[in-house]
Amino acid sequence: MADLGPLIPRNRDIHPVPYDPGYKTSVARSPSQPLLSMESGASEETGPTFGHGTFGALDNNLIMNFSKGTAPAIGERILMHGKVLDERGRGVPNTLVEIWQANAGGRYRHKKDGYLAPLDPNFGGCGRTLTDDEGNYQFLTIRPGAYPWPNRGNDWRPMHIHISVFGHSFGQRLITQMYFQGDPLIDLCPIAATIKNRSQLDRLVAPLDMSNSRPLDFLAYKFDIVLRGRRQTMFENKLEGM
Amino acid sequence: MVQPLDIHEETPSQTAGPYVHIGLMPSFAGIPDVYENQLGESPIADGAKGEVIEIVGSIYDGTGWAMRDALFESWQADASGKFAGQDGADPNVSGYCRFAADGETGEYTLKTVKPGSIAGRGGQVHAPHISLWIVARGINIGLQTRIYFEDEDNSNDPLLSRIEQRQRVDTLIAKKTAYGKYRFDVRLQGEGETVFLDI
Ligand SMILES: [Fe+3]
Repeated sequence: MADLGPLIPRNRDIHPVPYDPGYKTSVARSPSQPLLSMESGASEETGPTFGHGTFGALDNNLIMNFSKGTAPAIGERILMHGKVLDERGRGVPNTLVEIWQANAGGRYRHKKDGYLAPLDPNFGGCGRTLTDDEGNYQFLTIRPGAYPWPNRGNDWRPMHIHISVFGHSFGQRLITQMYFQGDPLIDLCPIAATIKNRSQLDRLVAPLDMSNSRPLDFLAYKFDIVLRGRRQTMFENKLEGM
Repeated sequence: MVQPLDIHEETPSQTAGPYVHIGLMPSFAGIPDVYENQLGESPIADGAKGEVIEIVGSIYDGTGWAMRDALFESWQADASGKFAGQDGADPNVSGYCRFAADGETGEYTLKTVKPGSIAGRGGQVHAPHISLWIVARGINIGLQTRIYFEDEDNSNDPLLSRIEQRQRVDTLIAKKTAYGKYRFDVRLQGEGETVFLDI
């Protein structure tokens, strides 16, 4: 196989700080020693592939997938869509995108979530898809509710959808969250605030996209995702001599 | 001013939170039927070549508590050191697995085949290892590390060789507890802290 080159090293400055007293759980769950940095190799540059045949027709439709198409979930219908790119700006085709979220009342279908908002009998809260040949993906879902969580005295999570993206290399692995344009809770959220650079946090806020909203059906929100890219290798031989 | 670089920055990470299982292992979260199959259930299929092994361990936070909510992904080569998709790779080794710390005990189990050593750029050879990626509530960006094996020759491994504090090398080496069985604990912070990677 052709050598596509090592992964571009992660710029840790754009990412959240691992240790942040405002997000209490991070205090005992952040390494205190520096990470060991090294150029990527096959272990990081390769990764699993997932075939289209593995996916069901409703896997990316959270409104209908839990009820197997028999009854829609409650809530504001939305289309979440966007493109997975690499740092070179190239679309990443056939890559796995998975999402999970609370229901319209802010409650997760999870044994550990005891929030008093009710479960929706027709909402599971997970979806998955593969990007198309250009890297585009879409999910039909409902807008998740904000919810309170035990941290400081009165902390609430803004409306958000959790997103896991694979890429083609194990070293591209990324989990993030999508927020919604105009949500006043973003500015108050200690988890959002683990990203110290405001312009980087803004990259996680999806704009309302009327151009892809469907009249009398759903509103659209656009969320593009950038994964690590690869360095070109044309002068690799010279480096070996060092 | 200078010319702009034609480069897009990576999307910032956010914690996977406490409910990551809903998205990545829905049956573990109590949602068994939403998909017809769950991804990454096993890194091997029947007929995989090599020694079948079982790795058991826990992940401890900075207070010494075995975390109950962590989720792991592993990625590895087959017994001959080839990754799925490479020429000559074992068709029965996907090499990829998702698994979770037990909600009661905090212990995880990974059943797989022992990987072979891996050829790197410039003739380097990496000792047999499994790449491990860890997410959980309170982890703001997924942590990468590697599982090596105490009964393999790790002396020339390029990554282990870069660890200056030699006693920390031990944090990446699974201990053999019985035939085909290993223990690999992860310590997030403090005494015996696992070496995490930026790679
Ligand atoms: Fe959440």
